[in-house]
Amino acid sequence: MGAGQTIAAGLALTALVEIPGGTYRPLYPADPEQPVVEVAPFLLEAHPVTVGQYATFVRVQPRWAPGVPPAVLADRGYLGAWKVNRPADDRPVTEVSWYAARAYCAAAGRRLPTEDEWELVARASPTQRDASADPAWLAEILAWYSAPATAPLGPVRAGRNNAWGVWDMHGLVWEWVEDFNNALVAGDAREGGEEDKARFCGVGAISAQDVRDYANFMRVAWRSSLRGEMTTRTLGFRCAADLETP
Amino acid sequence: MPPRPPTVRRTSSAPRARRGALSLSAALLLASCGAPTSKAPAATTPAEPTIYTAAEVAAGAMGAPQGAPIQAVLTAPPLVPPPTNRTAPANVVVNLEVVEKTMPISEGVDYTFWTFGGTVPGSFIRIRQGDHVEFHLQNHPDNKMPHNIDLHAVTGPGGGAASSFTAPGHASQFSFQALNPGLYVYHCATAPVGMHVANGMYGLILVEPPGGLPPVDREYYVMQGDWYTVGKYREKGLQPFDMQKAIEENATYVVFNGAEGALVGDNALQAKVGERVRIYVGNGGPNLVSSFHVIGEIFDKVYFEGGDRFQTNVQTTMIPAGGSAIVEYIVEAPGTYVLVDHSLFRAFNKGAVGMMKVTGGDNLVVYSGKEVDSVYLADKAAATGAPVAAATAATAAGALTLDQQIAAGERLFAGTCSTCHQADGKGLAGVFPPLAGSDWLMADARRSVGVVLNGLSGPVTVNDQPYNSVMPPMSQLNDDEVAHILTYVRNSWGNKGDAVSPAMVAEVRKETPRSVGAAH
Ligand code: HEC
Ligand SMILES: [Cu+2]
Repeated sequence: MGAGQTIAAGLALTALVEIPGGTYRPLYPADPEQPVVEVAPFLLEAHPVTVGQYATFVRVQPRWAPGVPPAVLADRGYLGAWKVNRPADDRPVTEVSWYAARAYCAAAGRRLPTEDEWELVARASPTQRDASADPAWLAEILAWYSAPATAPLGPVRAGRNNAWGVWDMHGLVWEWVEDFNNALVAGDAREGGEEDKARFCGVGAISAQDVRDYANFMRVAWRSSLRGEMTTRTLGFRCAADLETP
Repeated sequence: MPPRPPTVRRTSSAPRARRGALSLSAALLLASCGAPTSKAPAATTPAEPTIYTAAEVAAGAMGAPQGAPIQAVLTAPPLVPPPTNRTAPANVVVNLEVVEKTMPISEGVDYTFWTFGGTVPGSFIRIRQGDHVEFHLQNHPDNKMPHNIDLHAVTGPGGGAASSFTAPGHASQFSFQALNPGLYVYHCATAPVGMHVANGMYGLILVEPPGGLPPVDREYYVMQGDWYTVGKYREKGLQPFDMQKAIEENATYVVFNGAEGALVGDNALQAKVGERVRIYVGNGGPNLVSSFHVIGEIFDKVYFEGGDRFQTNVQTTMIPAGGSAIVEYIVEAPGTYVLVDHSLFRAFNKGAVGMMKVTGGDNLVVYSGKEVDSVYLADKAAATGAPVAAATAATAAGALTLDQQIAAGERLFAGTCSTCHQADGKGLAGVFPPLAGSDWLMADARRSVGVVLNGLSGPVTVNDQPYNSVMPPMSQLNDDEVAHILTYVRNSWGNKGDAVSPAMVAEVRKETPRSVGAAH
């Protein structure tokens, strides 16, 4: 387990990093009149939830043990590679559904980050809080996205942390966000999106804010291919929390 | 894809009427294949099947699908599934798996491909007009990306793309009816679409007209694509996709069937003299339009743009990105025929070369017998031959010998230097200085490395003869290749010298200041 964890509700929780908030330009703004959104200050776990941490959760809440949740909450791949309890396993947990991820965060007294929160933090490179205009950094992310996931996953916190002090936003696993199915790209990425607003709201290169941020395109495409019960070998999560106002 | 405007039903349009003109072997095949056209006596004009418009098919004119569901036969390129030989629409099940995998794109160069069915282009799908297709798209659990499929043969929003959007480790299913006959491209349409296509996510689906296409002796599947890597052409190692080059349409490779040399040497297409050959040619792009040409052949027929009309006697046919053509010709003389994109720098410098080897009796009337394609072959085709592969393997194993370098260098020399310095190394008096017996060459190995890497211009004296011309830098060669070539020239035609090591080439390359961008 990573350093700086606290024990709460029987879970070994990851330390939270304070993100002071800021403005962020979503690739597909929910409201085209408001291309820039204001993200309020919040707290984000410093790294993705590990296998070890999830094992503790499964012990506390056996209804999330492998094979237990019903198909509407987790598909057949749920914890497919799971082997007994491995409290010291530092690799990110994957093969978890959105429902499972939410249940974990709720048990921790936390929540999943929103897409805007997650993307705000994901803009940061190791040196800049907003590196979304740094082509070298974008190319680095893209290279990870392009490589197949045949090699086993490494541990969390193995790379460099970003300018916020957060680890593994890129390069290790994809992550669930609370509103993953809001910013839907049409299944067909080229549609303009007049017809079915609910599903195809503001999609395609025509309405996107920054057509050059291909890495962001890929994350949005990735999220929109998902349904809440789905699990995959490269999809994990981390939790966020509200900043208590004094 | 917008549906074709309805046209008057016709039973025998101009192009199809030509079916009577079949070669004898084709007519025999026709007689045995059980297609509706075979009811007519062999070698006479067969009865023409009715032709249906898309609107008529959609309205049910071809009837309901018949029989138990049929599993579609899929083939890896360059092979094509057999004709469906069906006389009525059927229920056809297609299972296609998306696989992300690392494979060579050139000798010693790896690339992470995203594929339909594990190959580039993806599996060839063959169905018949009117068929009801149940399509299953599986996204392998090891994949990193969601994918989908847009079949240009599908009439409906996005060609199936929206309903086939699939996360890794999942599968999706959709159904369609094939309304229009023709040869269609399919591709992934997941954002960013250009990148999914650039990584190899395309293939062909043939929708046969009722009665099928006229029988031929051989059918092949060839598809062109352009590739964008961070490293320059033939730079060794695993090469990542370069988004910037893709946006600039500045291709590093342009190849047939997903890799330089995929249709060369032992992988060449095969045919026998007298056979009628049909090639289903596609162009995946993502960016470049192909000027498809077979050196030494004239296409007897080209079903241009993959539609149902054909042009005859065509030298070069244009294949748009995301488009196709069906070309046919009878091979009259033995030898090697070279497939190229006739935008020639793609052929010579980016890999757009394939080969068809034709064996059988010489037909001296048609062709006198001189190898028509020696110049073209020399370049990329020969370079990817076995000696070069052996030297590459030996280098990797740290056991490269002088003889291996010479053998590899001979091939590379033929492709790169012999046009100017001549195959016998004697050059051309007053224009290209000799390498055979050259005092200039033998005096200093390092200096010669510099000449190959950076070119040479201005006055130079070789064996007491003055030259004053320009040799361009051979910047497409990598360190290994330069080392092999120079080892070969320094040990041929009476020259005797040491091996030139790849390490020496690397040193010289490093020492040479380069203008920005010169390497790419
Ligand atoms: C486009 C024609 C062309 C090609 C291709 C070419 N050369 Fe040259 N090469 C020349 C010319 C012209 C010169 C003389 C330049 C001058 O006058 O300054 C030359 C000079 C040389 C010299 C120095 C003079 C001598 O004869 O020793 C060497 C060595 C040489 N070339 C090697 C090669 C090798 C090896 C290759 C293949 C990798 C090659 N060249 C490809 C045109 C060419
Ligand atoms: Cu794809």
